[in-house]
This record gives sequence, structure tokens and C-alpha cells, in this order.
Amino acid sequence: MNDWQPKITTFLCNWCSYGAADLAGVSRFQYPPYFRIIRVPCSARVSPKFILAALRHGADGVWVSGCHPGDCHYLEGNYYARRKFALLKGLLEHVGIEPGRLHFSWISSAEATKFADVAKGVAAEVKALGPARHFIKARAEVA
Amino acid sequence: MREYTEKIKEIAARLLKEGKIDVFIGFKKGSVPMMNEPAIVAAAEKANELFWDSNCGVNLCNYLTKRTDRIGIVANGCTSRNIVTHIIENQIKREQLYIVGVPCTGMIDQRAIKRAFKDKEILEAEEKDGQIIVKGKDVEEAFEKKDFLQRNCAVCLHRNPVIYDELVGEKVPEQQDMEAFKDVKKIEAMESEDKWGFFTRMISPCIRCYACRNACPLCYCTTCFVDESQPQWVGKSIDPTDTMTFHILRAYHCAGRCTDCGACERACPMGINLRQFTKKLNKDALELFAWEAGLSEEQRPPMDVYKVDDYNDFVK
Repeated sequence: MNDWQPKITTFLCNWCSYGAADLAGVSRFQYPPYFRIIRVPCSARVSPKFILAALRHGADGVWVSGCHPGDCHYLEGNYYARRKFALLKGLLEHVGIEPGRLHFSWISSAEATKFADVAKGVAAEVKALGPARHFIKARAEVA
Repeated sequence: MREYTEKIKEIAARLLKEGKIDVFIGFKKGSVPMMNEPAIVAAAEKANELFWDSNCGVNLCNYLTKRTDRIGIVANGCTSRNIVTHIIENQIKREQLYIVGVPCTGMIDQRAIKRAFKDKEILEAEEKDGQIIVKGKDVEEAFEKKDFLQRNCAVCLHRNPVIYDELVGEKVPEQQDMEAFKDVKKIEAMESEDKWGFFTRMISPCIRCYACRNACPLCYCTTCFVDESQPQWVGKSIDPTDTMTFHILRAYHCAGRCTDCGACERACPMGINLRQFTKKLNKDALELFAWEAGLSEEQRPPMDVYKVDDYNDFVK
């Protein structure tokens, strides 16, 4: 079981967290290699459908990261995103998705150390939960 | 609530005669007992068809969406809150509406009555003085209405209409000291595994007929996410994951908008307790954003605004 490597779908805002990931790489900060990064223009671009789709396709965890409140490139996108995710996280955990599978963070493009730290934390929490067992579409998608 | 019928007929006939409205939306007696059907009346002579008792659980707000004529509509507490939601979401204009407010004492859960009647065929049901008198072949039984309320009505906090142009009767006292989110709290206290088991079992009878969606006044998108194909967010089969995806997203689309009118549960042919999903969102909207849907025409809905110091504890 210890060899098992989780797959964590990661949505990073182009203007901050994506830059932080880049900086973390350039700076040679170590963090676990479980993340499948998808670059989005803003954390508010992440629709709840994306998160559900990730889980349906077998992601063991989902992590969404955007700019700190007040620093949104589009001025207020992350404020709306925060409300959206607060309710979504509540609902998903209410129906039985384990609390450690969904993660949200605010990381600016200068915070490469924070990026590596949060990545380590997310990875550890998802790994502790083990492979996702619920909410996976086992059968092939039929249009 | 039978006594409101005459008054509703009178108001509808008057409004239509005076030319104040083009149509009147209300209920008429259904062809089977304990099932009233929505009626759209366009002529004063037809106003006699209108009817009201404790079987008017369909949310009439559904028939308002994007109408352009002048409408008279019967609205109890939850329907009036949905009308407010419609107004702030620009689905209808207040000026178009003449709202006939009905103080409501709750709708009957006809499934519970059927069970209590031991599944014998109900030929007639009459409401009198807080009692439901049910008649079958050679049997007659009386039930106390308050014991057979729809589950949402039993925990309703807004029985009186929030907006109206005219009331059909005296306002009824609101229910006091009642724990509205008892069932949600019970589930919240469970372990994740049990929660998943609970919800999986709960939706397992679902046949994906989308009656819950169609009965809901909040669902008016031109293309529903279940019909989207590129990308396809949810499969069309009754695969358990697809069904769960549908229910989660359907509920989520009602976040901060749901008035707990119970139309979804009432419409469900399989008797699924659909409000368990929306109720959690209602609870969170109330706790995190101090919001109850449909109470004010001035305030924007919670997903349309933000505060700088919103709940942030879940973010790293």
C-alpha cells in the first residue's frame, strides 16, 4: 500500500498559483509528484462540474488554488469562487466524500515555499485516505 | 384551507373582468383524489373551476418563467418566495403580477395518507376542520391533517406569503420553536462512509425521470447540464455514479435559491427524499451567508455577491 501513488487533479490559477508552481520548480523545492495540473484563467473558472468530473474519472483528490482574496487578476473572481466552493465542499462532504479529498488554497506567484508546503500537506492527506472508492464511474461513458 | 376557494374564485373573476390581468394561474380539482392540478384561466366565466385545499403542492411559480403577459397568481408562503426569487433573477417583472396571497397551513403528504389507509383505493378525500376524511369502497376514515403534512411543511417557517397584492384570509401564526434542520444535523454527525451509504441507498430507486427537475421552479436553464453532450458532465444511464452526479448537481444549482417548497419530493414517482440534498445547502447558506431565499426583493442572492470577510476557514 505504501507504494501507492494518488492522482490529484489540481486546478491552478494562471496569475498566481500556476506561477508559484513554476517558481517552486525553478527553485528546486521538493514536493510529491502526484499532481495533475490544469491551468485555468482564474479560480472562479473552476466549475463544480470540473470537480465532479475529476472525481468521476477516478481522481483521488482535487485541489483548487487561486490568488489571495483581494489580489484577483479580475478583481473579484476569487471572492465568488470562495462562496461557490464553500457550499460545494459542504455538499460533497455531506453526501460522503471524505473531508481530506477536496482542497482549496490561496497562493500568490511569489509563494513558492507555500506552494510546496501545501502540496505536501494535500498529498499527505489524500495518501492517508487511500484510493478513492466512491463516486467513480466504472462503466464506459456512453453518449 | 377549503374556505379560501370561494374567495380565490371571486378575486380571479373580478380581476379578469376588470381586465387587470390576462390570465390567472391557480389550481383546479384534479381527476384523482388528493391531486389538484394547476389551471391557467383566461376568461372570467372559467374562474369557477378554481379550487384550493391542502393538495396544492405543485409550485405554480414554474408557470411564470419568462411570461410576458399580465398574470394573477395564487401564492402561499413558499410559492411567494419563489416568485421573489424569480423577480430578482429577472424571470418575471413584479409589475406583471397580481399576487393573491394564501396563508397556508401546510400541504398533505398523500403518500402518507395512502399508507395510513393501508393502500386501499381512495375514491374521495375531503378536508374539514383540520381533518382529512378519506373515503374508499365501503370504508371511511378520518385523519388529523397535522399528522400528515408534507415533510417540508412540517418544518416550514414561512407559511404566510412574503409578497402579495391581496390576501384571501387572515394570516396564520408561524410555527415556533421548531428545529428546521434536525435531519441535516443527524446526517452531519455521521461518518463519511455512513453518509455515503445513506445517500447511495436513498437515491438507488431513482429512475432518472427528471420529474424533480421539471417540478422545480428554479430549474429554467434553456439547456440543462444533463442534456449537455460536449462535454458530457453526466451519463444518461442509471449507473449509480451518474445518478449521484445528477442529484448533487441538481441540488447545487439550487444553492441559495431553494425555498424548500417540496415540489421535487412531491413529484418524485419513487418517493425519494430529495430535500436531503437541498436542505444541507439551505443550512449552509443560512449559517455562512445569513441567507434565506426569497424573503427580500432588494437583496441579491448569495452566489451573486460576496463579502471581503466571507467564511475562509476551509481554504489553506
